Amino acid sequence: MLDIQDPEQFRSALRAWLEENCPEEMRDGAADETTICWGGKNWKFSSEAQKIWLERAAAEGLTVPTWPREYGGAGLDRAREKVFQEEMARINARTPLQSFGIWMLGPALLHFGTHEQKLEYLPPIARGEIRWCQGYSEPGAGSDLAGLQTKCEDMGDRWLVNGQKVWTSYADKADWIFALVRTDKESKHKGISFLLIDMTSDGVSTRPIKLISGASPFCETFFDNVKVPKHHVVGEVNRGWDVAKYLLTHEREMISGSGMFAGVSRSLGAVLADDSDGLTEPTLRAKAMEAEVDALAVGLTLERYKDQAEAGGGVGDASAMLKYMGTELNKRRHELLMAAGGSDALEWDGTHAGRAGDWLRTKANSIEGGTSEVMLSIVSRRVLGLPG
Amino acid sequence: MATLVKTEEETMLADAARGFLDDAAPVTHLRGLRDAGETHDPALWKEMAQMGWAGILVPEEQGGSDMGHAAAGVLAHEMGKTLATSPFLSSAVIAATALRQVSDARGDALQRIASGEAIYALAVDEGNKFAPDATAMTAERVGNGFRLTGDKTFVVDGALADRLLVLARTEEALTLFDIPADRDGITRSAQNMIDARDSARIRFDGVEATGDDVVGQVDHAMDVLKPALEAGQAALAAEMSGLAAGAFGMTVEYLKERKQFGIAIGNFQALQHRAAHLWCETEVTASAILHAGRKLDEDPANATLAVSLAKARATSTAQLAVMEGVQMHGGIGMTDAFDMGFYMKRARVSAEWLGDYGYHAGQVARLRGF
Ligand SMILES: Cc1cc2nc3c(=O)[nH]c(=O)nc-3n(C[C@H](O)[C@H](O)[C@H](O)COP(=O)(O)OP(=O)(O)OC[C@H]3O[C@@H](n4cnc5c(N)ncnc54)[C@H](O)[C@@H]3O)c2cc1C
Repeated sequence: MLDIQDPEQFRSALRAWLEENCPEEMRDGAADETTICWGGKNWKFSSEAQKIWLERAAAEGLTVPTWPREYGGAGLDRAREKVFQEEMARINARTPLQSFGIWMLGPALLHFGTHEQKLEYLPPIARGEIRWCQGYSEPGAGSDLAGLQTKCEDMGDRWLVNGQKVWTSYADKADWIFALVRTDKESKHKGISFLLIDMTSDGVSTRPIKLISGASPFCETFFDNVKVPKHHVVGEVNRGWDVAKYLLTHEREMISGSGMFAGVSRSLGAVLADDSDGLTEPTLRAKAMEAEVDALAVGLTLERYKDQAEAGGGVGDASAMLKYMGTELNKRRHELLMAAGGSDALEWDGTHAGRAGDWLRTKANSIEGGTSEVMLSIVSRRVLGLPG
Repeated sequence: MATLVKTEEETMLADAARGFLDDAAPVTHLRGLRDAGETHDPALWKEMAQMGWAGILVPEEQGGSDMGHAAAGVLAHEMGKTLATSPFLSSAVIAATALRQVSDARGDALQRIASGEAIYALAVDEGNKFAPDATAMTAERVGNGFRLTGDKTFVVDGALADRLLVLARTEEALTLFDIPADRDGITRSAQNMIDARDSARIRFDGVEATGDDVVGQVDHAMDVLKPALEAGQAALAAEMSGLAAGAFGMTVEYLKERKQFGIAIGNFQALQHRAAHLWCETEVTASAILHAGRKLDEDPANATLAVSLAKARATSTAQLAVMEGVQMHGGIGMTDAFDMGFYMKRARVSAEWLGDYGYHAGQVARLRGF
């Protein structure tokens, strides 16, 4: 099937394959936190169907459809990737696997990793065997990420890491962490390296932090004399900032896209109408209409940028635009869901269980992966060329 | 569907258009017309027609280049940047699309549009909001023909046009007529619009029409008009996105050059972030514009959602661009001597033409199951 280059012939083959291989229970279109399959050594499948779906998709490379086949992907070009997305959406199939490995580390390794690193790390990500977390932020380094202090010393035969990370999402569930560490104190941006660390190494510990949504998906992560093999650096030593920035463009796209996903496939108005009596309340209706217009247009922009990237245009700093527009919009949409739900939506459980939690969670969209203010600064300086 | 990236042909068209317009129709050209009390420059339209712009949606057999709606949008975008004035939208986009829907194609009408000889205007609006379904003008049956009575307003290019596409009510349904603008019983009065473009109020006082004047079939105006309106709305949206880009370009230049407190005002984050936000809006709108053009070219029967999305987004983006444009220029932005005001006025008029934000957002909502 994957050797079929013609998009329409590929479509029929894929359709048949999905018909046979995607379990019925995985065709409910669910896209919320609880139904995501994250994978990893400690992963507990929520059902037998979830397990089967992951195994079958991974065997075909369809957990990471655009990655090269030698690294566990399906090697799809943009035209066939579109077909893949359309066919998945047509049967409402769940994404078989999602992870920071797919969204962030994978693209960075594909670009900066050695052939050995790619062979070692990418296939286990594609198969959902190793779960990764991101160790960027520190207590004193948020928006000013390059101000990070976690110390990484060259001990000749290995690295020695000491320091603390914060806001490390899912650190307590991850098998490995990709971390930014300081290898040279003298230079702010050119003294940072990109290091891969096994979370089971001696000296790594995590402590959960509770969020306003009640969930506790992220942690403080501590490194206390952690020994790391020399070849675990991605890219050149002291040039990790280049890797970090490249990865951030993918993270931004992912955050804007995940917010948009529900927006483009499901009409906000149709969802709200269920709560609010046909959506007749004029203020709510007007705001929902505006949000729908914007959601469709942002979704098309995501498509346009992918088309541009495939045509060789590259996305680069413009990913800051997607992140800003996608996340601010997602917050607006969840405000409307709360307004439509009225007092019912204010309960932690009940008819609208999860809605308040989701709403609270969206507030992080414009903070994580770089705040909206930082995105606007990137656009104004790098895209518009304004001074300062 | 073709990708949301301009094709090589479309990019070349844009480059050529930009070169020509910067030279032949910069904002000073519009200013010159306005100062002279004119709304139209026949020589400019003739040149545009010679370059094939008037025939961009006319089939090749009828002398057009038939490049499609996405390409028409590319041209309209470039025209919007310099506020070039021409009957491109009325004649080359709306009328050409209407006339090519019908099998007889009304003799050599398309040929005359493509050559620039015939200029058409679309007479739809009667009240102060776009509402074709509410058309009250009557086309009463008299023998084999009709007698048209009623008033139209906001007929863009209506004063200069030599032919009019007129929407009128026949018994219960609507019928579209194509009649010469100088027929007995037609009185045109120019509307002095804020954007200095041509627009007219037109009175039809028992104007006689024959069956030959009907475009398509009696009582089935929408078969012909819907595609034409959608083509016009998409091209207008593209023009508005060009307008927004033009205003935005001026604003960014000004942020880099105007100094206050000893530094360029572009150093101030309060302005940087607003400029950056505006750019983000223009990028998102650009996607909706190209998508609408592609949809009209590839799946015209199902293009309404894409077109209304484009017009709604273009309207809000253009209005934001001119508001910020005037504000960030400070006092000079408010002067007539400076060009930004022209952008603001064109944006306001275009916002109303062929359906405002509420009309199109409403369409989107309806088609999305609200
Ligand atoms: C739910 C969640 C998950 C996260 N997951 C991870 C993760 O897995 N791994 C990880 O490494 N990090 C993660 N983060 C951290 C995230 O990247 C940081 O929170 C973010 O970069 C902002 O840094 P900060 O929180 O220190 O805020 P600060 O940088 O202190 O910012 C505070 C405020 O000041 C504004 N501000 C700061 N500098 C400027 C400036 N120059 N101009 C204008 N305004 C400015 C900001 O926009 C913000 O409004 C996560 C955060 C959240 C909320």
